[in-house]
Amino acid sequence: MGITFRKETFRDDFTFKNSPEHIRRFPFPFHEDAYMYAVNIEPHVVGPKGSVLENLIDVDEHYVAEMQDRALVLAEDPLRCQSLPHMTLAGWDLLELLMEQQALGYPEHFTLTRDGDRWRWINRPLGIDDTFTFGDTSTLPYGPMEYITRQSQGDFCILDQRDGNLWMDAGMVTTQADWSLDFDIGMNFFEWHAPVPLAHEKGIFTRALKFLTNIQQGKPARRLNWTMTINPRLDTSPENYHKWGPDRTTVTPENVGEKVHLRVELQSFWRLPRSNGIVFPIRCYLIKMDELVTQPKWARRLHRVIRDLPDELANYKGLTRYRPTLVEWLSKLDDGSPTSPGFGPD
Amino acid sequence: MSTGTTKLDVVVSDVVPVNDLVTRFHFRRRDGQLLPTFSGGAHVVVEMRDGDRTRLNPYSLMGSPLDTREYTISVRRDDVGRGGSLFMHRNVRPGHEMVVSYPVNLFSLDLRAKKHLMLAGGIGITPFMAQTAQLAAEGGNFELHYTCRTASLGTYADVLRERYDRRVRLYHDDLDERIELDRLLSSQPLGTHLYVCGPAGMINWVRERAATLGWPSETVHFEHFAAPQPGLPFDVTLAVSGKTIRVDEQQSLLEAIEAAGVDPPYLCRGGVCGQCETNVISFDGKFIHNDHWLSEEDHRSGCKIMPCVSRFEGRSLVLER
Repeated sequence: MGITFRKETFRDDFTFKNSPEHIRRFPFPFHEDAYMYAVNIEPHVVGPKGSVLENLIDVDEHYVAEMQDRALVLAEDPLRCQSLPHMTLAGWDLLELLMEQQALGYPEHFTLTRDGDRWRWINRPLGIDDTFTFGDTSTLPYGPMEYITRQSQGDFCILDQRDGNLWMDAGMVTTQADWSLDFDIGMNFFEWHAPVPLAHEKGIFTRALKFLTNIQQGKPARRLNWTMTINPRLDTSPENYHKWGPDRTTVTPENVGEKVHLRVELQSFWRLPRSNGIVFPIRCYLIKMDELVTQPKWARRLHRVIRDLPDELANYKGLTRYRPTLVEWLSKLDDGSPTSPGFGPD
Repeated sequence: MSTGTTKLDVVVSDVVPVNDLVTRFHFRRRDGQLLPTFSGGAHVVVEMRDGDRTRLNPYSLMGSPLDTREYTISVRRDDVGRGGSLFMHRNVRPGHEMVVSYPVNLFSLDLRAKKHLMLAGGIGITPFMAQTAQLAAEGGNFELHYTCRTASLGTYADVLRERYDRRVRLYHDDLDERIELDRLLSSQPLGTHLYVCGPAGMINWVRERAATLGWPSETVHFEHFAAPQPGLPFDVTLAVSGKTIRVDEQQSLLEAIEAAGVDPPYLCRGGVCGQCETNVISFDGKFIHNDHWLSEEDHRSGCKIMPCVSRFEGRSLVLER
């Protein structure tokens, strides 16, 4: 039994929806009724069946539509995918990782056959069947990173590790929460995190970098991050701010449920074996308020989190303009009763 | 969370004496699968069951990263060391089942380099065996300068000369051959990265000359695992676990902590990676810091210690473990 891939859009008519099963597996990011930064990193190990952690690289019902949206973004702006010259080896590392993980988790959809460095990759949902020589870029239609990330959900940053720091030296970034690979390419960990408020004072980045530079092969780690997006738009990039920024003025009490989306990033961190780099997949999950509040615990908790969020964070996440409308709407679903511990729905 | 590495169950597939001091060990996976891919410069920690004692020593992988059917390490016998190398030489035979860690690379190539200039001293040649294999396969530009005591102790000098010919330059101490370091460092093309692995004296010399001659520190890479030094026994209180332990003369503080059933994270066990960094709650005495991880300021502060290589002399030491 395979996944039924939805036909849907993340732009124009915005037909994106989650099925009831996908609502229940949504990675709700709040384990308590409040939110503040923490170095919330944990081992990236397989989680419960039916959750987004059932496989370490998750493929879901939005796969085909997300890959089509990525192709549209790249056609308009090829600089969303960049790899500095010394990162090709890391690109091959990533290709191996994603092919192995997708074939392992979803054998009905993906098959990888290896005969020495002669590899055959079958991707049934996208109708791809390619045979190539591992390590020989001329045998693929794109560079190794671009080839495999056109077939994998989520953004991917490949970080080179040197001088005790991590450097954003390659990536495929089309589903981002308002940051730009073209702007950040070549920056180190502290440079690209410079805009984040409050966290520097807490020494969070120094500790996080120390942790990340020590990520070991075979022991990936993960964390969740979140923001909110108006309309189910994957590509909320600075380059296209003129397209999505004004959406934030369109929220009304009548359309909150349909327009406002919680956007959760499942970020994972993997040591790459040949290049000794780190790959940082940032997988974006969207859920509209109407879908989210079908789980009463999530409705109550989200109300309390958004209501009590420090202003700096609300501003950084771009919620300021529509926060009062959203809080008012959510408050009607919060009877004040306690919420159970943990992330999951009741 | 603990950030130690995953373990691999291996079997010793071959033991090959290389010369009077060095023996090579080959490991394969017990389940017959391929070993994890690694990058040139990586090491594994080999677990040795020596009676009731577990020894954990890091060794550089020296095979080609392109061939993961087996891992190979070369162990130089140290007759006055703490016994790990002697255990390997005397006790480990083909067919023995052992456990090694996943590979960890703390001495990685900088793949931006236009040229890789490598300086090896003695057994410090081993990471370069893997790095040269990796670079040669990609058509990378490298040059290796290798100093050894005598031709017969020039571990793998013959292999390297045969593989890479004039890209390898040998220097023999007994013939009074010396690297002309200043000339070498002054005549490199822009974009060259420098790598050095060998005795502490050599590493310090190369780093000092490179700095003096204006090499940016980001282009100078070195690997020196300090072996834990023996010393006077001392007592330590582990405040978190509520234990008081004694560190024997031949034992490292980390080993004594582990023997008491407390498992701090570790990777290199040589004072380099920073994983086992431990906060000092109180002390009365003096620290003998042997690590390359903490800053001089940290060393002076008395607030931190690297238990893998550093020791203590004095009346009392309380650690946050």
